Amino acid sequence: MEDAILNINDLYVEYVTDDARIFAVNGLDLVLFKGETLGLVGETGAGKTTTALSVMQLLPERTGVIKKGSIKLDGVEITKATENKMRGIRGDNVSMVFQDPMTSLNPTITVGEQIAEVLVLHKKYSTKAEIDNRVDEIMKMVRLQPERKNEYPHQLSGGMKQRIVIAIALACEPKLLLADEPTTALDVTIQAQVLELMRELKEKINTSMILITHDLGIVAQACDKVAIMYAGEIIEGGTVEDIFLAKNHHPYTVGLFNSIPNLTSKASRLQPIAGLMPDPTDLPSGCNFSTRCPNCMEICKEKKPPKFIRNGHMIRCHLFNKSFAGEEDHSCVIY
Amino acid sequence: MCDILIETRDLKKYFNTSRGLLHAVDGVNLTINKGNTLGVVGESGCGKSTLGRLVLRLLEPTEGKIYYDGQCISNYSRSKMDKMRTKMQIIFQDPNASLNPRMTISEIIAEPIKVCKTIRDSRERDKKVSELMDTVGLAKRFINSYPHEMDGGRRQRIGVARALALDPEFIVCDEPVSALDVSIQAQILNLLMDLQDERRLSYMFVTHDLSVVKHISDEIMVMYLGQCVERTSSDELFLNPIHPYTQALLAAIPVPDLITARNSKRINIRGEVTSPIDPKPGCRFSARCPYATEECTGEDIMLKEVSPGHWVACTRCK
Repeated sequence: MEDAILNINDLYVEYVTDDARIFAVNGLDLVLFKGETLGLVGETGAGKTTTALSVMQLLPERTGVIKKGSIKLDGVEITKATENKMRGIRGDNVSMVFQDPMTSLNPTITVGEQIAEVLVLHKKYSTKAEIDNRVDEIMKMVRLQPERKNEYPHQLSGGMKQRIVIAIALACEPKLLLADEPTTALDVTIQAQVLELMRELKEKINTSMILITHDLGIVAQACDKVAIMYAGEIIEGGTVEDIFLAKNHHPYTVGLFNSIPNLTSKASRLQPIAGLMPDPTDLPSGCNFSTRCPNCMEICKEKKPPKFIRNGHMIRCHLFNKSFAGEEDHSCVIY
Repeated sequence: MCDILIETRDLKKYFNTSRGLLHAVDGVNLTINKGNTLGVVGESGCGKSTLGRLVLRLLEPTEGKIYYDGQCISNYSRSKMDKMRTKMQIIFQDPNASLNPRMTISEIIAEPIKVCKTIRDSRERDKKVSELMDTVGLAKRFINSYPHEMDGGRRQRIGVARALALDPEFIVCDEPVSALDVSIQAQILNLLMDLQDERRLSYMFVTHDLSVVKHISDEIMVMYLGQCVERTSSDELFLNPIHPYTQALLAAIPVPDLITARNSKRINIRGEVTSPIDPKPGCRFSARCPYATEECTGEDIMLKEVSPGHWVACTRCK
């Protein structure tokens, strides 16, 4: 695992408030190699954004706490890095595209200046002319006319603003890009344009990417690997082929696929997952999905299922056993 | 006995802005049959929500007529319209914003009944409220809860219960599932479809999500900048889309299927939606259309029936 860009090991994150402790991430393992795109899928409250914020070390001060585990970014342990050091890493080695382009830009500064800001902070260029050149170059890269750099965010459309946010994230050519629902706020035709752009840029500068989304369609289109999160855990993971083509799945994954209206066949009724996500302040003992699972057995309520892995396809469910996993071979796993 | 419940003729709504007239809805004709669902799809700003509100006369149309069950309701007086409203209701997009945070669930659901005075006896009214909560699958224990105590899916169920409180015949669903997660979205869609079967409701289902609209609609209308560009049955639209905008819209949906996703050649349309303020005559999609010719600008393009029940507004259809 020498060339892993990101290596998260047994991560636990909690939000602590006066009233409650919210268990947002519960024992998450994740490895990402150079040039790979990982789709992190799950419903609201599954812990996707918390995972990304932990990698950025941007958890809300005092409330968000990493309880346990390690996050290695390009070999460097960052859970214990000082704020000063993180400032150097953030935006340079790892950067993030936030969900809502309308609120993640500063409305009082021109977009050109906002792109230049990262370049100045990370001292990439020394003279003003060089920085100006680079800003023009980046604007062209995300297919915006460089002349528009003197405009303010409100003068641009939603799609253009999201391009600016992507431009800022990619300005220093980071090794890892975290994209948190980058297209959720956009219309489908604009979404298609932005996804295409992100794919091109990723190939051009060879970054790794974690694409956080709840849309399995986007995952099928844009990702190499998929991790499905439920209540702070990855319950199934593997290559896109494992998730979309293989026979064996976690019951939650099956439910997720059955909830999506199908465009090609006409099913008369959807088969949603019954019930709701468990309360993150009070998770069930045993498997977190046991309260909603159609295949719930006695053991599911008592014991947390181990990870069963076959050829890199990981499923965390008691329905599977050692015969699925073949021999327990932890050396070749992705997760 | 006519089967058409809602009909509009040349419906228009212009908004006055400082930069000129904004053509939000520009000459839309639609019909909805009893017990059927019309899906209205389009991107943000195409006028689909405005259209939904116009049909209910929550907004006054600039021009055009609305017929409900054969009667023209567009010049009904306020008091007459109030009576009509018991038959037509709306479910809003954002369950967080459309419920009064200071009212309990039972007060929210009972409010339309109180306003329209359909049930005057308070005990009867309470009975109706608990029946409604039962219908939409809300547990009785929530009766005195406030909206902030519930999750998005339950809140949207309250919205559905409120819309059903007056036993309407017609409901406008304005993006009722857009704010919800997929598994919850499926629960609400199933609920809406069950209610339609039980009560023979007619829906106008406004959404930007094409897979949802295909699932629930009998007929689909595709809108672009205030105009209807294609209208046909749900199956026909997905099998045989004719208007270039419909084709691009369908191609842009990310399909949760690996083989289709890898094999499909994506036709991405360039550019973004042009301004709806003082639009130029001619096809409004022409600026982004890969097939645009001179013919497309100049004169407004009318809907043509290319095959029975399939209407398209494009110069390529002769």
